[in-house]
Amino acid sequence: MTSATLAGLVGAALVGLGLYGVIVDPQPLRKILAFNLIGSGVFLVFGIVARKGAAAGLQSDPVPQAMVITGIVVAFAASALAVALTLRLFEQTGRATVRPDVEAKAPGAGADSE
Amino acid sequence: MSDGGSVIAETAGGSLLPLAVLVPAAGMLISFLLGGRRAERIALGLMPVQFGVSMAIAGFVWRSGEPLVYVLGGYLPPLGIALRADGFSAVMLVTASLIMPAAGLYARANFATPPGATERRGPLVVWALMQAVQAALSLIFLGGDLFNLYVALELLTFAAVPLVCLDGSPETLAAALRYLMFALFGALFYLLGAALLYGAYGTLDIVLLSQRVRAEPAVWVAAGLMTAGLLAKTALFPLHLWLPPAHANAPAAASAVLSGLVVKGSFFLIVRLWFNVLQSLPTAVPGTVLAALGSAAILAGSALALRQERLKLMIAYSTVAQIGYLFLMFPLASGPWAPEAFSGGVMQTISHAFGKAAMFLSAGLIAESLGHDQIAGLGGAGRAMPVTFLALGLGGLSLMGLPPSGGFAAKWLLMKASIEAGQWVWALVMLGGGLLAGGYLYRALAPALSGERPIMKRAPKRGSEVVALALALAAVVLAFAPPAFFAFLQIGRPAASVALR
Repeated sequence: MTSATLAGLVGAALVGLGLYGVIVDPQPLRKILAFNLIGSGVFLVFGIVARKGAAAGLQSDPVPQAMVITGIVVAFAASALAVALTLRLFEQTGRATVRPDVEAKAPGAGADSE
Repeated sequence: MSDGGSVIAETAGGSLLPLAVLVPAAGMLISFLLGGRRAERIALGLMPVQFGVSMAIAGFVWRSGEPLVYVLGGYLPPLGIALRADGFSAVMLVTASLIMPAAGLYARANFATPPGATERRGPLVVWALMQAVQAALSLIFLGGDLFNLYVALELLTFAAVPLVCLDGSPETLAAALRYLMFALFGALFYLLGAALLYGAYGTLDIVLLSQRVRAEPAVWVAAGLMTAGLLAKTALFPLHLWLPPAHANAPAAASAVLSGLVVKGSFFLIVRLWFNVLQSLPTAVPGTVLAALGSAAILAGSALALRQERLKLMIAYSTVAQIGYLFLMFPLASGPWAPEAFSGGVMQTISHAFGKAAMFLSAGLIAESLGHDQIAGLGGAGRAMPVTFLALGLGGLSLMGLPPSGGFAAKWLLMKASIEAGQWVWALVMLGGGLLAGGYLYRALAPALSGERPIMKRAPKRGSEVVALALALAAVVLAFAPPAFFAFLQIGRPAASVALR
């Protein structure tokens, strides 16, 4: 197995693990972490693409690396926004869940999620 | 189509394209620096400029009959990034530059900073974010590079999500968080698809990709991932769960922008993907899958709208249904009926944008004047605030697809195309959706026109009523679009030039 194939499989596994977390876990913080896992998987795929040098037969294509850097900045901003929203939600309700069936309670009433 | 080199060469008027992005982006940054009171003036002052730029772009596209191209920094693709404006882009730019000031004028009533009052966070954020939404939408409509479009898509999300939770109440925070989760999911899938396409062809430029793409596994996987991601952002059934709470709980001006324009941004990219990037692929099967999901959205969204107690939630569920109509153009994308189907889809996009913005603004006025937006409590309200209900009703015409309205023109074109193509299933779904839309609008409008005396907390603001009515009239006027308008929509549609060849 070449290192590129191994990296590809790891990338796929990261995306899969992250996707599982995003879908199954109702807690926003875990979901945010799971999103970052998916993001890491995607960036790894970009890394392999760079190694492949598909563009012009270069040894290492710089364009996907530039994309990964931009992608990391965007993912960081997204995580920050999501964490800020989660914190505000927790401050207001004492609960942080995105399940619509769970009614918002007064602060302290349901401090099962932190 | 001509060879790749001349497609990417810069055209006359191309230098207008970056302006459409830069004007609102600069406005947003300056607003943020100068604070709430000046932010309002900057936002409202730049909106006519944006409209002028959009009209100028449309004028250049119209005169040349070809898409406008601008190459950023003079670096040609595949290394550089191109901006392109075809007929669809230009029409969407103009639509956005009309709806945004309408929402802005409406928002003035609630997010003004009166002289002498201390500045608050709400107004500053609203004016900055509305300009951010406009900048991100312009970039989506003009972007010619799939990675650049990913950044635009994320900018749109980051600008739209805080608009949902402006008042900071727990339910709006939860709605915004859910919206963000769906949007992040969508963005990452889109990005993964883009990575696969780059790996296969070494470029993400839309025109270059469209010449290189062949039907092979990597492309199908990439197309599936990108489409799934964009569907989550567009809220197509069954990925619509985030939309009703987010759109129904936001302030009215924000709801109008979110429902009228923001969901159209990701839809625009689905059209770009399937009609431009993947134009050489056989699209019958994926097109049918998209239209089947759209049909499910029309029926389920309308049925859910019928069951809502609150007016704003009803309008939000009707957005879920109306988004479904947009996807009926995909299985009709090839064949002699393709121009009609494309025009119908675009017409539905813009007439829904105007009609739904008008309805959300009217619903906002109703909620302010009555102190609630329970449909059961609307008795006689139509007599107390006739202009508001006229705007609500005229916006509703488009949803039902009754003439004269842009919605009628859109649904008529789509129905004609589906019957000509022998795919009459879609025509039946459209008829059923129209009947259901008539049902839920009747539920809201019939009690409002009864003889009861409503308890009014205050009279609706005249200026805001006029804004809502103007938007509703725009949706009606679209019914009288001349044939030249439909010819304009076809400019730059790849299949159109293939058919002519």
